[in-house]
Amino acid sequence: MAYLDIAHLEKSFGANRVVKDFSLPIDKGEFVSLLGPSGCGKTTVLRMVAGFETPSAGAIRIEGKDIVPLRPNQRNIGMVFQAYALFPNLTVAQNVGFGLRIAGVAGKEAQTRVGEMLDIIGLPLAEYGARYPFQLSGGQQQRVALARALAPRPRVLLLDEPLSALDAKVRVRLRGEIRDIQRRLGITTIFVTHDQEEALSISDRVVVMNAGIADQVGSPFEIYNRPATPFVASFVGTLTPFEATVIDPRVGTVMSGGLTMNLGRPLSAETGTAVPIALRPEAVQLGRASGREIILPATAREVEFMGSVIRIRAEAAGQSFLLDTFNRPDAPPPQPGEAVEISFSGRDVIVIGV
Amino acid sequence: MTRILAWVALILGMLYFILPLVGMTEFSLSMRRGVYSLDAYTTILGDPRFRQTFGYSVLMAVATIIFGVLLVVPTAYWVRLRLPWIRPYIEFITLLPLVIPAIVIVFGYIRLYNTSSWLPLTGSSMGTNLLLVFGYATLALPYMYRAVDTGLRTLDVGTLTEAAQSLGAGWGTILFRVILPNVLVAVLSGAFLTFAIVIGEFTMAALLDRPAFGPFMQILGANRAYEPAALAVIAFAITWACMGLIQLVTRLQKHTRAGA
Ligand SMILES: Nc1ncnc2c1ncn2[C@@H]1O[C@H](COP(=O)(O)OP(=O)(O)O)[C@@H](O)[C@H]1O
Ligand SMILES: [Mg+2]
Repeated sequence: MAYLDIAHLEKSFGANRVVKDFSLPIDKGEFVSLLGPSGCGKTTVLRMVAGFETPSAGAIRIEGKDIVPLRPNQRNIGMVFQAYALFPNLTVAQNVGFGLRIAGVAGKEAQTRVGEMLDIIGLPLAEYGARYPFQLSGGQQQRVALARALAPRPRVLLLDEPLSALDAKVRVRLRGEIRDIQRRLGITTIFVTHDQEEALSISDRVVVMNAGIADQVGSPFEIYNRPATPFVASFVGTLTPFEATVIDPRVGTVMSGGLTMNLGRPLSAETGTAVPIALRPEAVQLGRASGREIILPATAREVEFMGSVIRIRAEAAGQSFLLDTFNRPDAPPPQPGEAVEISFSGRDVIVIGV
Repeated sequence: MTRILAWVALILGMLYFILPLVGMTEFSLSMRRGVYSLDAYTTILGDPRFRQTFGYSVLMAVATIIFGVLLVVPTAYWVRLRLPWIRPYIEFITLLPLVIPAIVIVFGYIRLYNTSSWLPLTGSSMGTNLLLVFGYATLALPYMYRAVDTGLRTLDVGTLTEAAQSLGAGWGTILFRVILPNVLVAVLSGAFLTFAIVIGEFTMAALLDRPAFGPFMQILGANRAYEPAALAVIAFAITWACMGLIQLVTRLQKHTRAGA
C-alpha cells in the first residue's frame, strides 16, 4: 500500500475547477515531482497535502489514515517555499530549532539535532548558527529552510518551486543536494517545478500536469521517451512533430510526406488512420551513421551554437527537422543554407500516446 | 529663484514653530528677576502632585499600550492574512478618533457606563480607570494601527504563517514568536506615540475626574505664571524623548539590513 495516497482529489475556486480527479499513490522514501506550466494546479495540490487548502472532494491518506480533517500544524508535513520564508527575527539555529521547540524537543537534544541538520546542509552551526537570514545568500537561505523543514522529522516533505528564485548555477547544485539529502534521510517527497530538466534530473517519478489533470505519471525515462499525450510530448523536451498515416500496423510502417518509416514495433492503430509521431533532436544525426537507415539530403536553415551541443534546423523531404550534434573543436558546424545529409532510424520515432 | 523661495519658506516655518518654544523656555527660566534660573522647575519637581499625577499618567500610558498592542496586532495581522478586502474599512474606523472629539467619546462612555447602567464602570475608581484606558486606546488607535500595519507590510505574512504552521505552530505561537517580534519596532514606535499622547491628554482625564498629568497642568496653568511654562517644556521634552526613542529602536533592530 502506498505510504502517501492522494485519491481523486478535486479543488474548485468558485466555478474554476483547478484540480481535477488527481490521484497519486506515493511510496515511502519516493521522490515525486509535479511538473507543469504555471497555473496548472501544482501548488494547489501541494497546499491541499499541507493542509492550507481544503479539497473540494477526494482523500489524502498517510499510512491509510485520512489527513484531510487535520489542521496544517497537526499533520507533521514539512514544507519549503519558493520565497524561503525564514523567520527574519530568528538566527539560523533558532529557525532550524523552531519546529523542535514546538514538538517539545529541548535542551541538549534539540541542540544536537540542529547541529546535525546544519551539517547535512553544509552550513556548520559554529560558523552559521548565529547568523540572521539577511546575512545569507539566497541559496544558503533555502538550505536553512530545508533544514528547518526537516528538523522535526516530518512524515512527508513538500517543496514548492524551491529553486526558482536562485540563479542557474546555484539552482543546479542545490537540486543535486536536495536529492542527496532526501535519499540519505529516506523522506517521502513531493517536489513542484515548472522546469522539466529539474524534474527529470532528480525524480523517481514525474507527474506531468496540464490544466489540473495528471496527464502522465512515470519515470523520467518513460516521460521523456514515451509521452502519453501531445501535451506531455510538447511540454517535456524539444521535438519535431509529424503527421503520419499508418501503412501496416502489424510491422509498424507509417508514411509521412513522401517518407516511409519502419518503427520496428506493431501499432495499435488501423491501416489508413493518422497518428501523431515525433523525433527528438538527438535521434537525428548530421551525416550518416550505422543503424540510421533513413538518409536524407537536407539544407541547414538555422544553426544554434549552445556550447557542448549544436542545434540545427534542417529541411529535408519537404519537412523541417531539429537535430542536435555534439560540438567538435576540429569540425565547425554547417552554415545556414549549406547542403548536408541527415539520418535517423524509424525505431527512434516516438508515437505520441502509445 | 525657486531655491531661495524654498529656503525662505523653510525659515519662516521654523520660526513659526520654534519662536514660541524659545519664548516659552525663556519665560520658564525667568522666575527670578533679572537672572535665568531653574526655580520654576524645582518648584514643579518638588510638588507632590506632580509626582502623583505624572506617575498615574505613566501607569495609564503603559496600560493603554499593552491593551492597544493586544488589540491592534492580532487585528491587523488577521486582516492582512484573511480579510484583506476589509482593510479600507478598518483603516477608516481607526481614523475616526481623529475626527470625533474626545469629549464626544467621553460623554458616550459616561452615558453608557454610568452608575445606573447595566455595566456601571464609573461607579468605582478601578472601573473609571479602565474606561480611561479604553478611551486612550481609542485616541491612540490611528497611530498604533498605522504603525503596526506598516510593519506588517514589510513581511510576507501569509507565507511566514504557513511556514510556522507546517512546523506545528498554533495561533498563539505564530502571533507571539513570529509576528510580534517582527513588527516590534513598529509596535514600539506606536507605543511611544501612545505614551506621548496619554501623558498630555486632558479632556478624557478631566471629564472622568481622574488624577492625571493633563488636568494637573491645567490647574497649575490657571493659578501660576512661570511654572506652567516649565511644565510645558517638560511635556515637550517627554514627547521629544519618545520620538528620539522611536528613532533609536529603529536603528538598534538587529535582524534587518537597516540595523546592520
Ligand atoms: N486562493 C485562490 N483563489 C482563487 N483561485 C486560485 C487560488 N489559488 C489558485 N488559484 C487558481 O488556481 C489555478 C492554479 O493555481 P496554482 O495551483 O497556483 O498553479 P501552479 O502552482 O501550477 O502555477 C490558477 O489559475 C490560479 O489562478
Ligand atoms: Mg505554483
